[in-house]
Amino acid sequence: MTVAENPIGQAITWINDPLNWTNPGGMLDRLGEHLTISALAVALGCLVAWPLGLWLGHLGRGGGLVVLISNATLAIPTLALLTILPVVFASGFGKTPVVVALAVFAVPPLLANAYTGVRQVDPEARDAARGMGLSGGQLLRRVELPLAVPYLAAGFRTAAVQVIATAALASFVNGGGLGQIIRTGFGIGIAAGGGQIVAGGVLVAGLALLAEVVLGGVERLVTPKPLRRGRQRLGRPRAADATGSA
Amino acid sequence: MSFRLSYRADPGNPWFSWQYVRDNSDTILAAVREHASLTGRAVLIAVLIALPLSVLAYWVRPLAGPILAVSGVVYTIPSLALFAFIAPYLGTGATTVLVGLVLYALLLIVRNVVAGLNQVPPEVREAAEGMGYGRWRRLFRIDLPLALPGIVTGVRLATVSTVALVTVGVLVGHGGLGQLIFAGFQNNLYKAEIMTAALLCVALAVVLDLLLILVARLVTPWSTRRAR
Repeated sequence: MTVAENPIGQAITWINDPLNWTNPGGMLDRLGEHLTISALAVALGCLVAWPLGLWLGHLGRGGGLVVLISNATLAIPTLALLTILPVVFASGFGKTPVVVALAVFAVPPLLANAYTGVRQVDPEARDAARGMGLSGGQLLRRVELPLAVPYLAAGFRTAAVQVIATAALASFVNGGGLGQIIRTGFGIGIAAGGGQIVAGGVLVAGLALLAEVVLGGVERLVTPKPLRRGRQRLGRPRAADATGSA
Repeated sequence: MSFRLSYRADPGNPWFSWQYVRDNSDTILAAVREHASLTGRAVLIAVLIALPLSVLAYWVRPLAGPILAVSGVVYTIPSLALFAFIAPYLGTGATTVLVGLVLYALLLIVRNVVAGLNQVPPEVREAAEGMGYGRWRRLFRIDLPLALPGIVTGVRLATVSTVALVTVGVLVGHGGLGQLIFAGFQNNLYKAEIMTAALLCVALAVVLDLLLILVARLVTPWSTRRAR
């Protein structure tokens, strides 16, 4: 067990070295990788989860399936999925398996919120739309979808923060991202790399908290005023929340 | 830990092989033991800290907001970053992993216990006060028993997510089954090793969850009676 002298002081020194920003594999490189991987994973998750969740919500069926998917992904260790998918894709170490693995963890909150968002629509609004002669597809597009937007935004925030947090683990499978800075620090050893380890931790945590704040603002913007207060965040099941930490 | 490479005899690199399990049973058992012990200790410590903290948030209303807000912020910090903050101070031992696990489990439990305590109907609380129950007696006889469903939910969630989280301990060399997953990844994607460890991980989560459901049934006999 080796303990660094003053890890915070070392971290400040490390961050203040301009080369650590601009070097190949420096902070800017890693930040770019991290954001690219995360954005692709969230986009992929949205493409899969939103249509499915909206459709299931429209049919009013499959609530059990949504819960099952949330619970199942909670128990799967991120590391396992990150290491198994490169084998499945047989493409070795490229970005694709990492993006797909992260997308798997983005699906539960997106799916649950899309489903709940449609389900919580006032049945009277639905009946009125039916009475006006809207078809099933029109009902979904013109009534249920707009009313579900706040829930979609809440799901998006949860999923995005979770993916950004989990993307740090991509470094275990050489997938790049800010986690790589921490891993490199451990590679040097805590005595010498303590500063780099803490600096990497600050970057990873800062990015996750920033995403949480910014997307929280977006969520407020797209939520109509009357709905802002008193609305319980039903669509944010604890199960989906919990995966965020992995 | 050393990992014998029995796959060289089997060029197929199958998804699962009993040969691997037989040849490495000692390593696998040791990993399961470390995994289960880290999970158990983390959840136990978290419960011991979370219960007083939740009661504090329940009794002193102005503290409830800050306690839950701080938990929320810490919960948003990715696990890898949390371990990175702890490791330079505690070194690369199992303690680092344990502290990180406790912090995450703590938040899940506090959140659910506070919710459970707040669900105690005010009429019940007033009735207890009317019957002359003091603060402590009411807590142990009325509030906590009625909050048990919330406590159980919190402990179950914390346990299952802790099992998954232990694997991140690979960073400091104490990841339980995560060690096997990572070793398998480094052994030219040795599928049997990765798969065995991943399945055991999920199995451990399921078994612990079922155990907790059973315990919950035993300590809240009234909930099953009502269901029938």
